[in-house]
Amino acid sequence: MYGSYKTIDEANRAVIDKVVAGAPFLVDVVPAKSVIKELNGKVLLHAGPPIKWENMPSPMQGSCIGAALFEGWAGNADEAVAMLKNGEVEFIPCHHVNAVGPMGGITSGSMPVLVVENREQGNTAYCTMNEGIGAVLRFGAYSEEVTNRLAWMRDVLAPTISKALKVKGDGLNINVMIAKAITMGDEFHQRNIAASLIFLKELAPFILQTDVTEKEKQDVIKFLADTDQFFLNIAMATSKAVMDAARTIQHGTVVTAMCRNGYEFGIRISGMGDQWFTAPVNTPQGLFFTGYTQEMASPDMGDSAITETFGVGGFAMVAAPGVTRFVGAGGFDDALRTSNDMMEICIDQNPNFTIPTWDFQGACLGIDARKVVETGIEPVINTGIAHKEAGVGQIGAGTVRAPLACFEKAIEAYAVKLGLIEAE
Amino acid sequence: MLYTIIKENSYQDSVNLMLLTNKVSTMEGVNKVQIMMGTPANKDIFKTAGLHTEELEKAAANDMCIVVDTDSEDKIPEVLEEVDNYLKNQAISNTKQEFESVRTWDKALKALPSANMAIISVPGQYAAEEAEKALNNGLHAFIFSDNVKIEDELRIKQKAHEKGLLVMGPDCGTGIQTGVPMAFANIVRQGNIGIVGASGTGIQEVSTIIDRIGGGVSHAIGTGGRDLSETVGAITMMDAIKGLEAHKQTEVIAVISKPPAKEVRDQVVNLLQGLSKPVVAIFLGEAPHSHEGNVHYAHTLEETALIAVDLAKGNPVKANYNLLTSEVPAVDLKPEQTTIKGLYSGGTLGYEAANLISRAFGLGKSEHAEEGYLLKVNGFEVADLGDDIYTQGKPHPMIDPETRVQYFKKAAQDEKTAIILFDVVLGYGSHDDMASELIPAIEEIQNESKKNGKNIYFVGTVCGTEQDPQGYQDQKNKLANAGVILRDSNNQAVRTALAMLGIDLKEADKEMKPASKVYEKQDLTVCPAIEKLLNEKPSVINVGLKKFTNAITENGGTVVQFDWRPVAGGNERMRKILALLR
Repeated sequence: MYGSYKTIDEANRAVIDKVVAGAPFLVDVVPAKSVIKELNGKVLLHAGPPIKWENMPSPMQGSCIGAALFEGWAGNADEAVAMLKNGEVEFIPCHHVNAVGPMGGITSGSMPVLVVENREQGNTAYCTMNEGIGAVLRFGAYSEEVTNRLAWMRDVLAPTISKALKVKGDGLNINVMIAKAITMGDEFHQRNIAASLIFLKELAPFILQTDVTEKEKQDVIKFLADTDQFFLNIAMATSKAVMDAARTIQHGTVVTAMCRNGYEFGIRISGMGDQWFTAPVNTPQGLFFTGYTQEMASPDMGDSAITETFGVGGFAMVAAPGVTRFVGAGGFDDALRTSNDMMEICIDQNPNFTIPTWDFQGACLGIDARKVVETGIEPVINTGIAHKEAGVGQIGAGTVRAPLACFEKAIEAYAVKLGLIEAE
Repeated sequence: MLYTIIKENSYQDSVNLMLLTNKVSTMEGVNKVQIMMGTPANKDIFKTAGLHTEELEKAAANDMCIVVDTDSEDKIPEVLEEVDNYLKNQAISNTKQEFESVRTWDKALKALPSANMAIISVPGQYAAEEAEKALNNGLHAFIFSDNVKIEDELRIKQKAHEKGLLVMGPDCGTGIQTGVPMAFANIVRQGNIGIVGASGTGIQEVSTIIDRIGGGVSHAIGTGGRDLSETVGAITMMDAIKGLEAHKQTEVIAVISKPPAKEVRDQVVNLLQGLSKPVVAIFLGEAPHSHEGNVHYAHTLEETALIAVDLAKGNPVKANYNLLTSEVPAVDLKPEQTTIKGLYSGGTLGYEAANLISRAFGLGKSEHAEEGYLLKVNGFEVADLGDDIYTQGKPHPMIDPETRVQYFKKAAQDEKTAIILFDVVLGYGSHDDMASELIPAIEEIQNESKKNGKNIYFVGTVCGTEQDPQGYQDQKNKLANAGVILRDSNNQAVRTALAMLGIDLKEADKEMKPASKVYEKQDLTVCPAIEKLLNEKPSVINVGLKKFTNAITENGGTVVQFDWRPVAGGNERMRKILALLR
């Protein structure tokens, strides 16, 4: 019934054992189309479960426009919109091609992607690089400034990091970086400053040994030094690589992916393989930059909730006192309560990532969809907030909950698959 | 007009600055404001907000930039003061509590590995299920919830018995575990008297009298009112009695029961006769004439406590404990004023009053009274205002005075009423100051009747101890000052009321008789988990009502709060699926 496992608990244990055993290494940065064959053509990847153009929230559409301009498919925004509307461009969820994307998650063939290899399973996962904050593509901005930055990332940043990684050889061990940064106050979704620094510290000596020009070296190091969230995208690709390996055990009720496309929230559970279970997505609550209010917030977007699936992000709130106040603007005790609450829906704790502010307990490990339904405790996700109109970009940051209905549908489908109940 | 203030080398986290911006933006006279560090990306955000200035361009990444849009330059110092105050006072008040709150059994057991019992106060339909989870995890269950089906009660009690655990309840209102009050309970001195009771207020009355006359209680174990029914067969009571027999510090055992099923009563008596420790037992509704063998039979709760203390101190048991010990106040009543209205918050106290009044006036068995009444004959009324019929959608009268006040007034309107009898029950869970809540109604009724040229007397008793959160003497003083005739026990209060109407309810002396037959030898083996429960301070998983945690933490017990919600939010299909996927 549960494959080689006697019970659901046993199957779940096998899944989370694979999460703990995961051995993610950052090995390269390459053009997306060189590793994702689907991107050779007029194809865009997007965040979340499958979605049609007309259902995309405005900022995600803005990202598509930006990507069409960046790829040179269109000369201006109007042309791009016409092309996207008439179905000339195919959309594929990042998750379907071993990738994840932040916010809109829009990824096109020429964009460079980080390559994370999980050496435990031998699989890889991809994610675009972090562009910084403010007017950026992932939040729906598509001005010339945005596409210029993307071009620089393609032409300078990506090749330089790739060369540095080759000088280093053997890749960068990400577990080590996460383990260090979690003790330094990062939770890998809203706060990545320690991890980004560690990353720069690890890579800088090799960047200096590459054959790129001095100016380029300076620009790259400056960009990495300025981009506090750079590690987020590495954390996302890492979470994806590890959770995909765990997903090869197709039994049990462990949540293996959570993502959102601004229209629907989608989850996968181990026992149901590739199938998505969706429900209407919530809108994040949080703090806003001046001039912006809750009413202007876009519904939740992005594959970044893969970090929560992996057990960090909102689940590791207690590790990141610096961002605790996003949780209802409360203090440390609220952060502690959040992680304690999230532990109620998880199976175990990850011994690789111990959290000093949590009495050195390990980060949350393995969301059990059954526990979510049983307790009604919806997973909390730390997230950025985009303006609901395309082109504006990020207007704040806060938290959002994964809707309960996804988890109810998932366990119901699993019970049907096991023949325990009839489909309704 | 835009004003720019740059605070050089003054780094603050972006979250702080967003919170600060929100705060300053609510100041009167500030049209718009933004406070951010001067990074290039942030400068762009200033631009989008329409708050970009030339000065801003000079700011560096480690400079704090404040741009204020205001019509009056005078506002600026005010804004800066607000900013400084905010940055100085960033500590968030400590909201830490002394126990953990959890939402699942897994987490509860992890948070309190030493747990030995669970208090369950969830809606009745879910209580048996939660009790079973407690038993499955090796915990004794104290079920406060009512409305549990008797079949479920039998099933979980059988299960507990097999596992060597105790199920206290359902509908167990009170308990004392090694000096720690459970649910609605009083703080009672610790001592050598162990109580087992199938009656919540019965336990409260007996244990508080014991305390007030200088005795002490080792444990008070509630069994739930139906434990001695034919169906349940006293499973909990018998296991608890055996536990107390084996418990070293317990030297006297007091048993309290509502009217039991005949065979079950005999079974319990059989067990009591075989104990090594002296026993006092009250089977409410019975009027015993003698003591027999190892068991002293009491007629009233006060008598139960008095015998227990005499036994505990090694004093000889007296022939009669049911004498009126206080003076009878002189009364001035109109000829038609002939009846007593008993308006109780404690069910067993009301039951005791109904029995005594009924006997005094020859009114017949009180069991057959109209629903909601313990007695209702010829203008005599005794009501248990804690009965479900009065508490639908309302708090219990121990917490909320409203129903009592209403019935006081109703009683006063009946021209036959001479005396209103009532109780004030103290302890954890009860109202902080019930006396003060009832006094306005008492005074109003007394003044109103005086105007009509008659007297209505209030006779009452306070069930509690000096250590209780409300303070025994303080509540008594308040009531006495309002003209209430107060007695130290319900028995004395009822007898005083009767005497005020000219009836001296005499009881015959009881003689000590040897055992009337040879009682069957009982197996007195106690399961290790019960022995352990009686020898340790309780360590509790409190499933449901959070207020029960206070009594535990304040009296040396440990507790984890389980913020219970129905599984899957009460969604039946999901419950079923979860059960299948377990």
